[in-house]
Amino acid sequence: MATVAEPMLAHKHEPEENYLTCSSGFLSWAMTLDHKRIGVMYLFAVTASMLLGGVFALLVRIELLTPDKTLMDHNTYNHMFTLHGAVMVFLFIIPSIPAALGNFILPVMLGAKDVAFPRLNLASFYLWVAGAIFFLMAIAMGSLDTGWTFYTPYSSSVISGSQAGGIVAAVFGAFILGFSSIFTGLNFIVTVHTLRPPGMTWFRMPLFLWALYATSVIQLLATPVLGITLLLLILERTLGIGVFDPALGGDPVLFQHFFWFYSHPAVYIMILPAMGIISELIATFSRRHIFGYRFIAYSSIAIALLGFLVWGHHMFTSGQSPLATVIFSALTFTVSIPSAIKVFNWLATMYKGSISLATPMLYAQSFIFLFTIGGLTGLFLGTLAVDIHLHDTYFVVAHFHYVMMGGTLIAFLGGMYYWWPKITGKMYNELWGAIGCLMVFVGFNLTFFPQFMLGSQGMPRRYYTYLPHFQGYHVISTIGALVLGTGIGVALATLLWSLWTGRKAPANPWGGVTLEWTCSSPPPLANFEKTPTVGDPYDMEQVKWDAKTESWIPRPVSERTGNSASH
Amino acid sequence: MLPIQTALPLCEMLAGDVFFPQQASTIAPGVDKLFYFIFWVCVFFFVLVVGFMTAFLLKYRRKENFDASGPTHNTLLEATWSVLPFFIVCYMFYEGVIGYMDLRSAPESAYEIKVRAKKWAWEFTYPNGYSTNELHVPPNSPVSLLMQSDDVLHSLFIPAFRVKMDVVPGRYTKLWFDATVPGKYDLECTEYCGEKHSEMLAIVTVHNDRSEFDAWLAKASDVFGPVDRGEKTLAQVGSELALRKGCGQCHSIDPQKSKKTGPAWWGIFGEDHQFVDGTSAKVDENYIRESVLKPTAKVVKGYGGNMPSFAGQLKDREIDALIEYIKTLK
Ligand code: HEC
Ligand SMILES: [Cu+2]
Ligand SMILES: [Cu+2]
Repeated sequence: MATVAEPMLAHKHEPEENYLTCSSGFLSWAMTLDHKRIGVMYLFAVTASMLLGGVFALLVRIELLTPDKTLMDHNTYNHMFTLHGAVMVFLFIIPSIPAALGNFILPVMLGAKDVAFPRLNLASFYLWVAGAIFFLMAIAMGSLDTGWTFYTPYSSSVISGSQAGGIVAAVFGAFILGFSSIFTGLNFIVTVHTLRPPGMTWFRMPLFLWALYATSVIQLLATPVLGITLLLLILERTLGIGVFDPALGGDPVLFQHFFWFYSHPAVYIMILPAMGIISELIATFSRRHIFGYRFIAYSSIAIALLGFLVWGHHMFTSGQSPLATVIFSALTFTVSIPSAIKVFNWLATMYKGSISLATPMLYAQSFIFLFTIGGLTGLFLGTLAVDIHLHDTYFVVAHFHYVMMGGTLIAFLGGMYYWWPKITGKMYNELWGAIGCLMVFVGFNLTFFPQFMLGSQGMPRRYYTYLPHFQGYHVISTIGALVLGTGIGVALATLLWSLWTGRKAPANPWGGVTLEWTCSSPPPLANFEKTPTVGDPYDMEQVKWDAKTESWIPRPVSERTGNSASH
Repeated sequence: MLPIQTALPLCEMLAGDVFFPQQASTIAPGVDKLFYFIFWVCVFFFVLVVGFMTAFLLKYRRKENFDASGPTHNTLLEATWSVLPFFIVCYMFYEGVIGYMDLRSAPESAYEIKVRAKKWAWEFTYPNGYSTNELHVPPNSPVSLLMQSDDVLHSLFIPAFRVKMDVVPGRYTKLWFDATVPGKYDLECTEYCGEKHSEMLAIVTVHNDRSEFDAWLAKASDVFGPVDRGEKTLAQVGSELALRKGCGQCHSIDPQKSKKTGPAWWGIFGEDHQFVDGTSAKVDENYIRESVLKPTAKVVKGYGGNMPSFAGQLKDREIDALIEYIKTLK
C-alpha cells in the first residue's frame, strides 16, 4: 500500500488554544458538549468509583485475614462484598473504557470532530451521575446485602422486609446506569457509521474502534434486558405480580436466566474494549503492523455475537435442564477460541518488532500474562464435570478477577498512561510509572493466584467465616491486596503528579500512527484543523523519531520502503 | 482429614494435593483426572505464551535502527492456531459432558435422604422419618438427596465428593454420590443466602459399613427410648433437639445472653415479654409452644419476624422436651 496519501502529521505551528483552555468556569464543563471534556469528567468519575470499590475490596480482604471476626460482623461483611461488586461492575468496569477513554479517543481516532449526538452524550454522563447517586443512597441506607447479582428470592425478600429502601435504590440506580450505557452505545454506533472522514474505510479503522463498535452493539442489545429484569423485580414487590418469587408462583431460576442474559454479554462489554486497547499498545510499542488485523477485527464482532448465547454457563448447578447445560457448555467453548487467537496475534505482532518497554507497554505485557491465566482457567469452568466442583467457590472468584481486573483494569491503566499525554498535554515520570505497574502486577498475582487453590480445595465464595485450614492462602491473598492497592495508588499518583511537574507532551510521544497522534496534545476544541487524511492505521513507517523535539514526526514518503503495510 | 484442623494449615495443605481435598466418592478420581488434564493443557499454553513473550521482549528490544518489516499475516499459521485449540476444547467438552451425565443420573437403587435447606441450617430426613442436622451415609452404595428449600436459594456442596447442586424454593432438585472412604467430611452452602451463609455448614459421616450405619440410624431415631428407660431426662433430649433442629443458629443459651438473630434463651422461662404490637405475655409452656408453631403470632420486641415455623416438623413430645430444656436454662 505504498500509494497511501501522506497523513497530516505535522503542525507547523501549535494552535493557541486547546480544548482545556478554550473556555473556563464551572458551567463550561458542566454544560459542555465537547466529547473530550465529557470523557475527562467520566475519567474522574469512574476512577473515583474504582477507588471506592477498592476500599470495599480491601475491607473484605482484611476481614478474611482470620477465620472468624477480624473487623466487622456478618452483616457488615455481606454489605461490603455486595458494594464492592456492585460499584466495581456498574460504576467502574462497564463505563471505564468505553465511556471514559472511548469518549475521548473514539472521535479523534476516527478523524471526527465529535460524536454524532453531543447532547445525548452529555445526557449519558448525567444519567451515570444519577445512577451513581442512587448507589450512594443505597450505601448510606446501609442495606444492600444481596450480592451484586441480586438473586431472587433473597433480594425480593429483602425488598419486602424492613431494609427495602436500600435495595430499591440500588436496583433503580442500576436501571438508570443501564440507560447511560445504552445511549453511549447508540452514540458510538451512529458516530462510526456516519462520521468517518473520507478514506476511513471500515478496514482502515484502528482495532480499538472495532472493539468499541462491537461493545456498543452489545450495550444496545443486552442492556434493555437488564432494565426489564430490574423493573420486573420492583413490580413484583410493589404490585405482588409473581414473576421470580415462588411464594407468589414465580420462578427464581427465571431471574437467573434474565440476569445472565445481560450480565454475560456484559462481561464482553468489559473485556472487548480492553482487548482493543491492547492491540493499539502492542502495535505502537513494537513498531510493527498488527498481525492478523482482519482476524482481530472480525473476532471482536464474533465474540460480541457469540457472547449472547452462553449465559447459561453461570447456571450449571442451578437446576436448569441437563440438555440446556450441555448446549451452554459447548457454546462456551466456542467463545474461548477467538479470544485465544487474539493472544497469538499480539505475540506475533511483537515478533521481529522494535519493542520499547514504556509504561503502557508494561501494562500491555501484564495484560497478556494475566488475561492468559484468566482465559485458560475458564476452560476448567466450561468443562461440566469439573465446573460442578468449582462453581461458586474462590476458583471462580480468582478466574473472573484475572479476566475483569487483570484484563479490564490493567488495560484501562495502560490506556490511561498511553493517552495521558494526549489528554492532559503532560508527560508522566517513566520510572514511577514502571514501579506502579510492577506493584500492581505482583500484588495482583499474590492476591488472586492463591484463590484458585482455595476454591478447588472447597472454599465457597461470599463467606464471612471459614474453616481454619483455609487460612494460609487467605493471609497471602490479603497481603497481596494491600500491595495491589498501594500499586494502584502509586500508578494514579504518578499520573496526577505529572500535571504539575510533567514535561510538555509533544503531539506524538510514542510513535503511534492512528489519527489522534496527528493533532496536538491536548487537541484543539475541534480536534483537527483540517479534515485529516487517513492511512493504514498500523503502518509504522509513516513516522520517524526526531531526537531534536524528542517526538515522532512524519516520515517523508520518499524515505519509506513500503514493506510494513504489505500483506 | 478432620474437618477442622488448626495446626500449620498451609504446610499441611501443600503436603497433600495442592488443588483438591481428599477423594472420597466414586466420581472424585474422574473429576480430578479431568481437572489435571486441563491443568497441563493450560500449563502448556501458558508457558508457550509467556515464553514467546519473554523471548521477544529480550530479543527484539528497541534498537537505533529498527526493522519493521516482519510479516503482518500468515494464513497457515493463523489456521493452525485456530484449529488446534478447537480440537483440544472439543475433547474437554466431551469428557466434561460424560462426567456430568454420571453426576446427574442417580442409580435406581440409591438410598434416598430428603434434604430441607432453610436459613441457615440443613435438615436431613431418613427414610424412617427421623431427621437431624447431620448427614450420615453408608459407604460404597449410592445415596441420593432429594432437596427442597424453605426460603431462598441455597446450594449443597461436599468438596470431598466433588458434588454440588442448588436447592431452589418451589421445586425439587436432586444430587447423588457414592461415598468410598469412611470418615467425616465438610458440607457447605455455596449459594449466598443472607447473614449466616458462611455458617450454614454440616458434617457428613461416612460409616465403616452398612450395618454400622443401620445401627446408628436405629439408635438415633429412638429419640425418647432413653427417656422411657430412664437413661436420660426429657430436658437432655430437648437440648439435643435444639441442636439438631438448628434452634442454636438463632438462639444463644449462655448466661451472658449473647446476641443472635433471635432472643437469648437464658432465664426466659417465667419472664414477662413485650411484643412489637405493644402487648406482653408471660413466657410459659403455651407461649413457647405457640412461638415454635406460629412464630409470627407474637413477635418479641426488638426482633424481626424471621423465625421459621416448625409446625409439622416437631412432634408434640419433642416440643415438650424443648420446653423442659428451656426451663432448665437458668
Ligand atoms: C432463623 C432463626 C431462628 C431459628 C432457627 C429459630 N428461631 Fe426461635 N426465634 C427467632 C426470632 C427472630 C425470634 C423473635 C421473634 C419472634 O418472637 O417470633 C424467635 C423467638 C423464639 C421464642 C420466643 C422467645 C422469647 O424470648 O419470647 C422461642 C421460645 C423460640 N424462638 C423457640 C425456638 C425453637 C424451639 C427453635 C428450634 C426448634 C427456634 N426457635 C429456632 C429466630 C429463630
Ligand atoms: Cu459468563
Ligand atoms: Cu448459603
